Amino acid sequence: MIQVDKLTKYYGERAVITNISFDVRTGEILGFLGPNGAGKTTTMRILAGFMPASGGTAKIAGYDVLRQSLEARRNIGYLPENVPLYPDITVASYLDLMAKLRGVSGKRKAARVAEVMEICRIRDVADKLIGKLSKGYRQRVGLAQALVHDPKVLILDEPTVGLDPKQIIETRQAIKRLGGDHTIILSTHILPEVSMTCSRVVIINEGKVAAVDTPEQLTRRLQGTERIELEVRGSNGSIVNCLRAVQGVLRVDTSDVDGRQLFLVECASGADIRAQLSAAIVHGGFDLLHLSSVGMSLEEIFLKLTTKEDIAA
Amino acid sequence: MRNVLTLTEKELRTYFVSPLAYVVIAAFLVVTGVFFAGIFIGSHQATMEYTFQNMSVILLLVSPMLAMRLLSEEQRSGTIELLLTSPVRDIEVVLGKFFASLVFLVTMLGLTLYYVLLLTRFGSPEAGPILSGYLGIFLLGAAFLAIGLFTSSLTSNQVVAAFLTIAILLVLWVLDALTSMFGSSASAVLSYLSLSKHISDLPKGLIDTKDLIYFLSLIVACIFLTTRSLEARRWR
Repeated sequence: MIQVDKLTKYYGERAVITNISFDVRTGEILGFLGPNGAGKTTTMRILAGFMPASGGTAKIAGYDVLRQSLEARRNIGYLPENVPLYPDITVASYLDLMAKLRGVSGKRKAARVAEVMEICRIRDVADKLIGKLSKGYRQRVGLAQALVHDPKVLILDEPTVGLDPKQIIETRQAIKRLGGDHTIILSTHILPEVSMTCSRVVIINEGKVAAVDTPEQLTRRLQGTERIELEVRGSNGSIVNCLRAVQGVLRVDTSDVDGRQLFLVECASGADIRAQLSAAIVHGGFDLLHLSSVGMSLEEIFLKLTTKEDIAA
Repeated sequence: MRNVLTLTEKELRTYFVSPLAYVVIAAFLVVTGVFFAGIFIGSHQATMEYTFQNMSVILLLVSPMLAMRLLSEEQRSGTIELLLTSPVRDIEVVLGKFFASLVFLVTMLGLTLYYVLLLTRFGSPEAGPILSGYLGIFLLGAAFLAIGLFTSSLTSNQVVAAFLTIAILLVLWVLDALTSMFGSSASAVLSYLSLSKHISDLPKGLIDTKDLIYFLSLIVACIFLTTRSLEARRWR
C-alpha cells in the first residue's frame, strides 16, 4: 500500500533524511519511531504530498506522490503534527468543507461527516466554533478531518501529543480500530505507544532507518546482551572487582537506591552466569541479598538505538 | 472548478465572520460618502467622475487590508498544509481565494450604487460614464487585490503582507509622475506601467482596450506568480 524507496531530503546543504526505505502492507499499522528532529515529520510530509523529496520515490496505493500527486493525495488522510484547523468556523462546517475538498459530495458527504463525528466522539461539539474547543477535542477534530473521505492510507504525525492520559488511551484505541480497513503510518517519540498500537516499527534516527521489525522481534534482536541485577552488602569497590573477575562479565554498573547497594552486570546473551556470580560473591565474603535477571524494555532499546554509543568507562 | 467554488465559499465565510470585513466596508462607505456629498454639494453636477477618483485612492489603502489575510494566515496557522495535501491544485487554491476577495469588492462597490440613486433623484446623470467608471474601479480593485494576494503568499505575517502591498501599489500609482526624470523611452515604459494612468479615462466614459489589457494582464500575472510562490513553498 505504501512503498518508500531511498527517500532523501535536503534543506539547503543539510540532509534531513537519507535513503529512507520501507514498505507498509495493506491494513497494517506502522509505527514511525524516532527522537525529535530525526526526520519523522519530513518523511510524513513527503508522503502526504506537502513537499517533494530531493531524491528517491514514494508510492501511495500505487501512485507516485510526486508524479501522480493528485491521485496519491486522494487516497491519503493526513493529520499533521500541529493540527490545522480554521478557528472561526464550526466543527460540522469544517468537516463538510474538508469532505468537499476531498471529492465527497451529496448524500455520502452528510453520512460520512456524521460517521466520523461518531468515530472520533465529537458529535456533542458539532455546532461549536473550533477556536473554542479544548486541545483534546481539537486533536479529535483533526483525526476526523483525516478520515472524512474514507482514505485508504492514514498518515498521523504524533496523534497523541498534548493529550491527557485518558484521551491518549482513547485515541490509541480509536487508531487501533481503524487498522485493518486502513493502512496507517503513525509517528511518535513515545515508545509504549508503538508497542500498544503498531504491528511493525520503523525506527529512525538522524534521518536514517535504524531498524524495521515487529516490537517483539525488535526486543529479541536487541538482546545481544543480558543483564543481571544484584543487591550486595559490603565494600563497593571490592565487590565491583570481584564481579568483574567472573568469566563472561562485560560490564558492571553500580547505583545506590534508598541505601541499597545495587549492581547491574552486563554479559553476553545465552550464557547464564547467575550461578557463577552468586558463588563469586559468597566466596569473596560479601552478603548477597538479591539477584535477578533484567529484561530489556523497548524504552532502553530505543535509547540504545538512537543515542550515540557511550564510550565504555 | 468545483474546488475553486468550495474554497471561495469558505473564504467568504471567513471574511464575514471577522469584524474586519464590516469595519472595512463601513470605513469605505463613510469616506467615499463624505467625498461624494462634498463634491455633489459644491459642484452641483450630477456626475460620479470625481467620486470614482476618490474611490480609487481609498481602494488603494483598503485592498491591502482585504488581501493580507488570504494566504499569509493559512501559512501562519499551518492550514496551508491541509490545503496542499488535499487533492486540490495550487491554482485552484489561489483562484478560490481571489474570487472570494472579488465578491467582497463587488459587494462593497454595490453599496455605493446608493450614490448613483441619489444622483438620479436630484439630477439626470449620464449612464455611460457611470458604467465605464464602475468597470474601471472594479478592474483597479481587482488588480489591487491580485497584488495583495501575491504578497500574502510570500509571508506568514499579515501586517508585513499589507505593508508590502501598499508599498507596491503606491509605487505603481506614482510611476506616472516620475516619468519626467527619465529619458523618453524609459518614461514611456513607466507611464505604461502606472496604475493611475490607466484608470484616468474610464470614469470619463472612454473605454480603451489598452487599459483593459493592462489590468487583465496585471491580474493574470499576479495569479500566476502567486501560484508559483505556493509551489516554491513546497520546494523549500
